[in-house]
Amino acid sequence: MNPNNYLVLAAILFTIGAFGVLVRRNAIIVFMSVEMMLNAANLAFVAGARSTGTLDGLVAAFFVMVVAAAEVVVGLAIIVSIFRSRRSASIDEPSLLKY
Amino acid sequence: MIAALIGLPLAGATALLLGGRRTNAWGHFLAVALSASSFFVGLGLLIQMMGRPAEERAVSQQLFQWITVGTFQVPFGLHLDQLSIAFVMLITGVGTLIHIYSIGYMAHDENRRRFFAYLNLFVAAMLLLVLADSYLLIYVGWEGVGLASYLLISFYQHKPSAATAGKKAFIVNRVGDAGLAIAIMLMFTTFGTVTFTGVDAGAGQASAQHLTWMGLALLLAACGKSAQFPLQSWLLDAMEGPTPVSALIHAATMVTAGVYLIVRAHAIFDLSETARTAVVAIGAITLLLGAFIGTAKDDIKKGLAGSTMSQIGYMVLAAGLGPVGYVFAIFHLLTHGMFKAGLFLGAGSVMHGMHDDVNMRHYGALRTMMKITYVTFGLGFLAIIGIPPFAGFWSKDEIIHAAFGQNTFVGAAALLGAGVTAFYMTRMMAMTFFGEARWQDDVHPHESPAVMTIPMMVLAFGSVFGGMAMLFLGDIEGWLEPVTGFAQPANAISNTILIPITLVTVLLGAGYAWLRYGRRPVPVTAPAQVSILTRAARADAYGDALNEAVFMRPGQYLTRSLTWFDTKGIDGAIGGLAAAIGGISARARRLQNGYTRSYALTMLGGATLIAFVLLLVRL
Amino acid sequence: MLLSLLMLIPLVGSIVVFSLPRGKDALAKQVALIFALVTLGVALYLTVGMDNTNGGLQFLEKHDWIPAFGISWTLGVDGISVVLIAMTAILVPLGMIAGWWDAEDAGRGTVKGYFALILALEVFMIGVFVANDLFLFYVFFEAMLLPVYFLIGRFGGPQRAYAAMKFLLYSLVGGLFMLASLVGLYVVSGRELGKGTFDFEALTALHMDPATQKMLFLGFFFAFAVKAPMVPFHTWLPDAAAEATPGTSTLLVGVLDKVGTFGMLHFLLPIFPEASKYYTPVIIALAVISIFYGALLAIGQTDLMRLIAFTSISHFGFIVMGIFAMTTQGISGSAFYMVNHGFSTGALFLVAGFLVSRRGSKRIADFGGVNKVAPVMTGVFLLAGLSSLALPGMSSFVSEFLVLVGTFSVYQTAAVISTFGIVFAAIYILWLYQRMMTGVPSAEVSSTVKEINRRELLAVVPILAIIIALGLLPQVALKIINPAVAQVQTYVGVSDPTSEVPTSMPGSGS
Repeated sequence: MNPNNYLVLAAILFTIGAFGVLVRRNAIIVFMSVEMMLNAANLAFVAGARSTGTLDGLVAAFFVMVVAAAEVVVGLAIIVSIFRSRRSASIDEPSLLKY
Repeated sequence: MIAALIGLPLAGATALLLGGRRTNAWGHFLAVALSASSFFVGLGLLIQMMGRPAEERAVSQQLFQWITVGTFQVPFGLHLDQLSIAFVMLITGVGTLIHIYSIGYMAHDENRRRFFAYLNLFVAAMLLLVLADSYLLIYVGWEGVGLASYLLISFYQHKPSAATAGKKAFIVNRVGDAGLAIAIMLMFTTFGTVTFTGVDAGAGQASAQHLTWMGLALLLAACGKSAQFPLQSWLLDAMEGPTPVSALIHAATMVTAGVYLIVRAHAIFDLSETARTAVVAIGAITLLLGAFIGTAKDDIKKGLAGSTMSQIGYMVLAAGLGPVGYVFAIFHLLTHGMFKAGLFLGAGSVMHGMHDDVNMRHYGALRTMMKITYVTFGLGFLAIIGIPPFAGFWSKDEIIHAAFGQNTFVGAAALLGAGVTAFYMTRMMAMTFFGEARWQDDVHPHESPAVMTIPMMVLAFGSVFGGMAMLFLGDIEGWLEPVTGFAQPANAISNTILIPITLVTVLLGAGYAWLRYGRRPVPVTAPAQVSILTRAARADAYGDALNEAVFMRPGQYLTRSLTWFDTKGIDGAIGGLAAAIGGISARARRLQNGYTRSYALTMLGGATLIAFVLLLVRL
Repeated sequence: MLLSLLMLIPLVGSIVVFSLPRGKDALAKQVALIFALVTLGVALYLTVGMDNTNGGLQFLEKHDWIPAFGISWTLGVDGISVVLIAMTAILVPLGMIAGWWDAEDAGRGTVKGYFALILALEVFMIGVFVANDLFLFYVFFEAMLLPVYFLIGRFGGPQRAYAAMKFLLYSLVGGLFMLASLVGLYVVSGRELGKGTFDFEALTALHMDPATQKMLFLGFFFAFAVKAPMVPFHTWLPDAAAEATPGTSTLLVGVLDKVGTFGMLHFLLPIFPEASKYYTPVIIALAVISIFYGALLAIGQTDLMRLIAFTSISHFGFIVMGIFAMTTQGISGSAFYMVNHGFSTGALFLVAGFLVSRRGSKRIADFGGVNKVAPVMTGVFLLAGLSSLALPGMSSFVSEFLVLVGTFSVYQTAAVISTFGIVFAAIYILWLYQRMMTGVPSAEVSSTVKEINRRELLAVVPILAIIIALGLLPQVALKIINPAVAQVQTYVGVSDPTSEVPTSMPGSGS
């Protein structure tokens, strides 16, 4: 199969993810969109590794997965604590860190 | 021994200033004693000098090397020759007399000790001025006497007019000092040295242009110190000082320093026709201007101050004539030192008896009340207007004679000046000692104590015999010739014709004044309806008005606008820059709105931008 | 080791004073004074120990510091820096004595902090004069700002925060340009010598092309012109000097500002000879402007401390003019002027401080008639003022005249114009004296202004004595300065013009 198709799919997934991050307010959905972007990048890495026949892309993909897992742990914890204090999962609500 | 001349009064000044109140009781006696001992040291040196042949009379004393920087080498050396010893005798002699007089005059002043300290300081500085062996050391004495003059003019510090007058004297003098500084710098670049010997030796090889500039710069210096046009305005205000100060500093010694400087630098003036012409012109202008101002003054001291200006004008004129005149400039300077100091002390004695009133319109008929003052003042009067055989006649007549040798106009100016001098001095005599009494209430004129009258008598003696003694016994021409050079004037008009002409002019001036002020009653308040000329003379020929319009007002305006420019312009620009940066920062801060999604969008935009740039660069 | 010791003593002193327990103010002052006096002793020993036949650096010390970048701990003094160190070491203890109670009155700092900061400042001030590695010089140059910042910002007058910040920002901006030039110099030296260096003597041997020289020169000159300060980079000085305590102002104007002119003389001329000559006309013009601008603004001031600050701007014009005249008399005069100006302005600031602390106001109009109530104070003030207007007999006259005569032999017009600056000097000093000291004292003046006391006399009389002594015997200082001046001239490659008429004086031309 043409590796370009994987790349196009990865780009589409990344765009959907980025769009989700930008337009949705619910922190859980935003979080999922971030995951989608990460996976889009993973797809591109794997496709690249496949087409060049090297291991570099695969190693990078594993790194991303590990980082994503760690991020889920920290991120969900933050979301839960915000939800507890504010009774809302909207990410526009806690805009305290401003000028 | 030469250093002792300066050291004695300097020690007195130091002791009195540092000693403080402890010396109040005997300080003035110490000052008199030190001034007198300086006089006797000088007398001893004079007698020694007379014992040596003419070419060995000059002696010098090198104290130490003062400044050595590269080729700029100035020793701290003193030089005593026939010219300086004449000044030493004048300064210490008249100085000591005035010290004595001041014991009486300042008896009731609470700051008498300080006054005597300043007087001693003045004597020391003036002696340094005339004993210096280099122009830079002259400069030290030159500003030293300026300082003493400043301190003494503004001695009555509680009076704003006195404080202003002192400051004005120092500042105007500093303009002249700048001239002396420039002359010294020019001497260094031209001759590589600033000592008298070096300058005298090198003058012949220097370019004419440099010599002319040097001469003009020295003339500027002389104008400042000797109150010559256009720097004359401070002298009349300087009369705010105590009268002994006016007698010593602003009549007999300090104001004549300009004449000394020109004569001392004769090597330069001898070689520059232009500079000499400028000196003659300044002298002629000032002698007429000073006499003119003197005619309308009701303040006895200011009248005498105008007269001083005028008489120094004669000396400067004579000095500008070259070898023909140097000797007579110094001769007139010496006789003037005696009779003018006597006149000022007389004026001080009159003021002492009149409750410090200086207005001659409040005097009158004092000849019976103050006999000694009347006689001594009268002898000084005869000397200054040039009646033979009094002192002023001999010296002034020689100057007029030499001036005619130079140029008829200059001679005519000097002759006219003699007539005007006779006029204002007769007016002064008439208003003070003759006519009816116009005393203010509760003024009881009385003769001054002996401590004041004795110095006046000594000076009156000098006014009578000083001229003859110096001319016939001392042979002043032959005495000074080795230092200054001497040439007989080219006779345009011989003395046998000139003396009668001069005497007639003098008698005309004196007679006219007698008719106006001696025969007719003098109004107690100055008449307001007077001619433009009188008004001009009363306003010091508008010298102050001119200074104010040309220097003071524009200067104040410049200062104000620069102060404004500094705070608003320079500091404002810097402050504005700071404010602009602050403003931009405040705007930029607004971008931090706290919305996570807007930050995400910015990041995305940035990443996209970078990606595009990378792509573009690769393509 | 002597030079390191000279810095170590006040450094130890500063730490000791700072670590004394709170509440022991009197002890802190005494300890600080003792350390300052010991430093003075060492400095005088150094001055006396100079070899006056040698114009180069003496008491050299050299240790590697950051060898990777060619940075070393190189200390050395020549005749010019040694007299400035002596001046610094004299002014510090006298400033302490004069400001014995200043830290109590105002500000947020502690007494021991004030004295510790002054000692710390002394460390860095000595440091800039002895450093002969440009990087080390830069470090001291910037480090000096910190104690001054705190001295003004903590112990100053009502506008102290503004003044301190202004001072810091101006100096930092100047320092930034210097840093840029410093890096440039390092790169150029690396290209020329194979290995980059900051060593002063190595840098004087560089042969830079003119364009680079000019660029690098400007960076350094800007920093020094801000520090000196020259018009138009001067507006920080009046604010800083007016807000600081008198003791701080003395050190600020008397010593700190000299770093600017010292830098021009010690670093700019030897390292960038071509650029220095190229920019001379502009700098001389700026100097003449500074002389008159400073004098006119001094005349226009209504605040006593600001007036003194502006007189200094005028004096710095003379110093810069003498340096860039590049004649023996000009440079010697300038170096001597730096010393004299430190003393005369220091005396003026200290006496003004005594008056201000009594009257509680810096406005000139609030005084008047002081002579009547405090004649000795008036006399001391007049002497300090006369020194500022360069009256003969005072040391400042010798230096001012040397500067003028040195400039005259190469730039006649500038020298003649500047000579008339002495008239303005007379105006600002005597008018100030008239407004403050003469007349009839007002009720406030009579009740508040008391006669000068013994402690205050102890602080100013030595300064006045030095001024008069150096005026009569300037050779004491000049014979130390002269060899170093000859060395600077050798670096630049200039010689004095000869006089029109050859002199026959013994020893001329030597």
